[in-house]
Amino acid sequence: MKAAVAVEEKLVRVLGDGGRVDQGKDPGLADRDLLTLYRTMLLNRLVDERMFRLQRQGRIAFYIGSAGEEAAIIGAAFALEDRDWVVPCYREFGAAYLRGFPLRDFFCQVFGNADDLIRGRQMPVHIASPRLHLLSVSSPVGTQIPHAVGLAMAARIRKLKEVTLVFFGEGATSEGDFHVSMNFAGVFKAPCVFLCRNNQWAISVPGTKQTAAESIDIKARAYGFEGIRVDGNDVLAVYTTTRKAVEKARSGGGPTLIEAFTYRQGPHSTSDDPRSYRGEEEVEEWKKKDPIARFRQYLEARKLWDEDRDMTLARELNDQILSTLKEVENIGPPPPETAVEDVYAEIPWHLREQREEIIRRAARQRQSWPR
Amino acid sequence: MAEMNIIQAVNDALRVEMERDERVIVMGEDVGRFGGVFRATQGLQERFGPDRVFDTPLAEAGIVGTAIGMALHGLRPVPEIQFADYIYPAFDQIVNELAKYRYRSGGQYTCPVVIRAPYGGGVRGGHYHSQSPEAYFVHTAGLKVVIPSNPYDAKGLLISAIRDDDPVMFFEPKRMYRAAKGEVPEGEYSIPLGQAARVREGDQCTVLAYGAMLHTARDAVDLAAAKGIGCDLIDLRTLLPFDIEAILTSVKKTGRVVIVHEAPRTCGFGAELSATISEKALLHLEAPILRITGFDTPFPYTWERAYLPDAERVLAGIEETVAF
Ligand SMILES: Cc1ncc(C[n+]2csc(CCOP(=O)(O)OP(=O)(O)O)c2C)c(N)n1
Repeated sequence: MKAAVAVEEKLVRVLGDGGRVDQGKDPGLADRDLLTLYRTMLLNRLVDERMFRLQRQGRIAFYIGSAGEEAAIIGAAFALEDRDWVVPCYREFGAAYLRGFPLRDFFCQVFGNADDLIRGRQMPVHIASPRLHLLSVSSPVGTQIPHAVGLAMAARIRKLKEVTLVFFGEGATSEGDFHVSMNFAGVFKAPCVFLCRNNQWAISVPGTKQTAAESIDIKARAYGFEGIRVDGNDVLAVYTTTRKAVEKARSGGGPTLIEAFTYRQGPHSTSDDPRSYRGEEEVEEWKKKDPIARFRQYLEARKLWDEDRDMTLARELNDQILSTLKEVENIGPPPPETAVEDVYAEIPWHLREQREEIIRRAARQRQSWPR
Repeated sequence: MAEMNIIQAVNDALRVEMERDERVIVMGEDVGRFGGVFRATQGLQERFGPDRVFDTPLAEAGIVGTAIGMALHGLRPVPEIQFADYIYPAFDQIVNELAKYRYRSGGQYTCPVVIRAPYGGGVRGGHYHSQSPEAYFVHTAGLKVVIPSNPYDAKGLLISAIRDDDPVMFFEPKRMYRAAKGEVPEGEYSIPLGQAARVREGDQCTVLAYGAMLHTARDAVDLAAAKGIGCDLIDLRTLLPFDIEAILTSVKKTGRVVIVHEAPRTCGFGAELSATISEKALLHLEAPILRITGFDTPFPYTWERAYLPDAERVLAGIEETVAF
């Protein structure tokens, strides 16, 4: 049997070997844009590395990263305008950062401290920002997908030319919410782009056990719209493909499913050791196809980049990461009163009754912060 | 004022709110051209157009899930779930998403969705057209739960629910949809969520009920009155947050409590009421708190009338409590 979701044929590709690009396929992005993409991808990688270290040091409880998937995440988000919406899964920090989510806010969220925009309510990386048209990350797999379709339907009802981009993994395509959402999007011609990061692993379960279909993109056909399979480690291919889908959605052409075929280089999260379920050789093979390295080759071929600049940038970004971390690491927890807020717009009597005790207990827990 | 039944009152509330606020939209199975299997949305699509009143594919998780997205965009969706028995496919979206969006985003987002669903038995609908699932939702932080018993309340409470910035589960007593009639004012008025109504006054026993069972309880209370037993009958109207003041004021006067609901007994809403009353008014009680409820079996088909509390059972409960 063919490794079902591993077929590499018919992948949309722009970046060729050694950074060469087929002239006809180059999206013709300005140098500045290319460098923004590269900088964001590298920052994402360095942030992840730093966060994994913090977790091992016991300074944060949990982390979930994007290593290997930066091209899929950032390339897709780059195809949006500010007025568009991003509905993230839990690996989309890079997309949020690209849209203007400050590093400081991100670290405050990871610590769940007093400056955390979501007031210490969720695990690390579960960000949200209405200002940036970024919905709230939810842990349950796939539940965000119908929200994206609803946003897109609302934009249509209100005659706004906004497009919604929703991220999820290939594991999520087994959930009912995925199918229900694809169906609604097709029926309502919702201006929605579905981006499946097929990183081939859902924790320890390979993609071949999620579906008997030969690939994910073909599932769109049954819902009456187009599916496209793109090389998810090729940032320009992801960008061009998403751009086309976004334009199509914006002009009333309805939804598109994009399968970005990529690889999760790291563990699922800080809670697992992938050596217990997959071979090192496979990981090494995919590290050779690393999306950041591949894009760098392209930039070098275009004489936009070189090793010196790369080292300087990495140093600069690491400095920024460290100084921002330093800035926020001594911020205390949110005020205890916040423990009963935001359940409702106003605190109802039964919560008001519990309020004092919650606050007292939160104040006590506060003494051993950050635990 | 016009005489209306509950269906007409619900329809009128939707119409009034849709006229007032263009963000209000109605969606669900068969709610568009057909106007809903119970006709609650009749004529709305004609009046407000298919962008604001529309049929969805047959998938409750999708109805609620997309309504959440629309609310996050700033609309005020009022999705209909055709029968409360079919709400479970949307349970995850309601409990983990809708109810939690405000809290988990640190108050940055709100999700003002009102989910309407006919609930309850008495229509020979068997297990899958008769359930009363309110307790699942009362157990969920972030939701409000409302159950009207009559047309006047149905309209006023639905208007409040639509204007509320939090998600509201709005369960409508389908058995009383056409049977309960009453005067309903034209145009706008609202009944605050969280306020109960005293329907009968007496000082020997407090009877707590809501929805279709309010009518059963009222019959029982009237029979008791004829026998010289005076009861306070309280229509709770909102289950979460429930009107603790109205309940305690009455309980402190009567010292005796009978709770009536048709949902199964174990962990039903009556359990919460009973526990709260014991915690707050134990020394005022003259008798154990009694629950007259549906049984802990699936909702039956043939034995429906045996299953549902009736006035006779409630009256017996009142007499037992008063005689204790
Ligand atoms: C509904 C649900 N079931 C199980 C989990 C536990 N879980 C978290 S992530 C995950 C795997 C998700 O895989 P995929 O959708 O492919 O996304 P990826 O993590 O690979 O990006 C599982 C099983 C969950 N969060 N939600």
